[in-house]
Amino acid sequence: MDSKELCKEAIRISGIDPRKCMKCGKCSATCPAFEDMDIHPHEFVSMLCDGRIDRLLKSKSLWRCVSCFACVERCPRGVEPARLIEAVRVCLIRNRNENFISPDEIPALLDPQLPQQAIVSTFRKFRK
Amino acid sequence: MIYSYFPGCTLKTKGKDLDIYGRQAAEKLGITLEELPEWQCCGGVYPLASDEIATKLSSVRALLSARDKKQPLLTMCSACHHVIKRVNYDMQNKPDFAMKVNNYLGLYEKYSGETRVVHYLEMLRDDYGFDKLKEKVVNPLTGKKIAAYYGCLLLRPGKEMAFDNPENPTIIEDFIKAIGATPVKYPFRNECCGGYMTMSDKPLAGKMATMVVDSAKLKGAECIITACPLCLYNLKQSSEDKIPVYYFTELLAEALGLK
Repeated sequence: MDSKELCKEAIRISGIDPRKCMKCGKCSATCPAFEDMDIHPHEFVSMLCDGRIDRLLKSKSLWRCVSCFACVERCPRGVEPARLIEAVRVCLIRNRNENFISPDEIPALLDPQLPQQAIVSTFRKFRK
Repeated sequence: MIYSYFPGCTLKTKGKDLDIYGRQAAEKLGITLEELPEWQCCGGVYPLASDEIATKLSSVRALLSARDKKQPLLTMCSACHHVIKRVNYDMQNKPDFAMKVNNYLGLYEKYSGETRVVHYLEMLRDDYGFDKLKEKVVNPLTGKKIAAYYGCLLLRPGKEMAFDNPENPTIIEDFIKAIGATPVKYPFRNECCGGYMTMSDKPLAGKMATMVVDSAKLKGAECIITACPLCLYNLKQSSEDKIPVYYFTELLAEALGLK
C-alpha cells in the first residue's frame, strides 16, 4: 500500500472527515501530552487532509496520545483528533505489523501495585 | 433494587478495595449486586477504530447477560464503565456494527443496546438518591476536605457517557456532601492522570498525575477520591504519600460505619 492509499485507509478507519477542521488549534491547546509530542494533534488533522502520512507513521506522538478524549470533547467541529491518531497507529500495527511493545518487555515494567488494567490497555493500544 | 454487576479484571486483583467496600456498602443500603457468572475483561480501552468488532464482543456479552436477567448492568471501575457504555452506545446507534455483532453471535433474540449501563455513582445519585444516602450515614466525615478526581473516562465523550456535565461535573462533590464531608474544587479534577502511559512512558504519566495532585493540594484538599484503579495508582505514584488517595467506596463504607 503506497502512502496515498494508506492515508485514505487511515481516514476510513477513523470514520472521521478531517476536512471539517477549521484549524482553531483547540485540540493541541488542551492536549496533556502536548509538550512531549513531536507532531501535535492539530497537525495530525491537517497532514492527513493533505495526504502526508509518511511523517505521521514515524511520529513519537502515536505512542504518546493517552486517549483522554480532551481533544474529542473540546473540538468545536467534531473532528475528534484522537480517532485520527488512533487510525494512524492502527495502520502501522495492522498493515505494517509494527508493534510498539513486546510481551518480553513487560516483566521489567511491572511493580507490585501496577493494576492489570494498565497492562491490558497497553496491549490493546500498542499491539495487534 | 437488583443489578447485574461487572467487576472487571483489576477489581479482582490490585483494585480489591474498590470492589469489597462497594459491595459491603451496597449490602448495607439494601442494594443487591449479582456478579455476572461469566464476565470477560472489557479490554481496558474502548477501541477507537471504526471497524473494530471482535474487541468489543466481551462488552456485548456482559450487556446480553444483564438483558437476559432483565437487570441494569452496574460497573464500579471507570475504565470498564467507559468501554461497556460506549459499546452499548454503538449497539444503539451504529446499525451496521450492531448487525455484524448480532450475526456473529448468532443471537436468537437480537440485541440493540436495551440494557441500561449504570455506574455505582450514578446508581447512588439517580436510583438510590443522595438524600436517602445522607440519612443512612452513621459516621459522617464532618470537616474532611476531599478532592473529587473524575479523570477522563467517566466524563468523556460527554455525548456518549452522559454521566454528568463533562466540563463542570458535580456528582462526586454531591457524593462527598452526602457522606458529610466538604468537597474541594480544583482545576485539574477532570484532566488526565497519564492512564496506561505509565507503562511505556513513566515520566510523561508522572508529569500529568503531578499536575492533578498539586492542583488538589493547592486548594487545600486532605485527600483525593477516585473510581478508577489506574487513576489511583498514577496519583499515588506522584503524590509521594503527601496526600492520600482513596477509592470513593472506601469513604462510603467508612461513612456507613463499615470500615
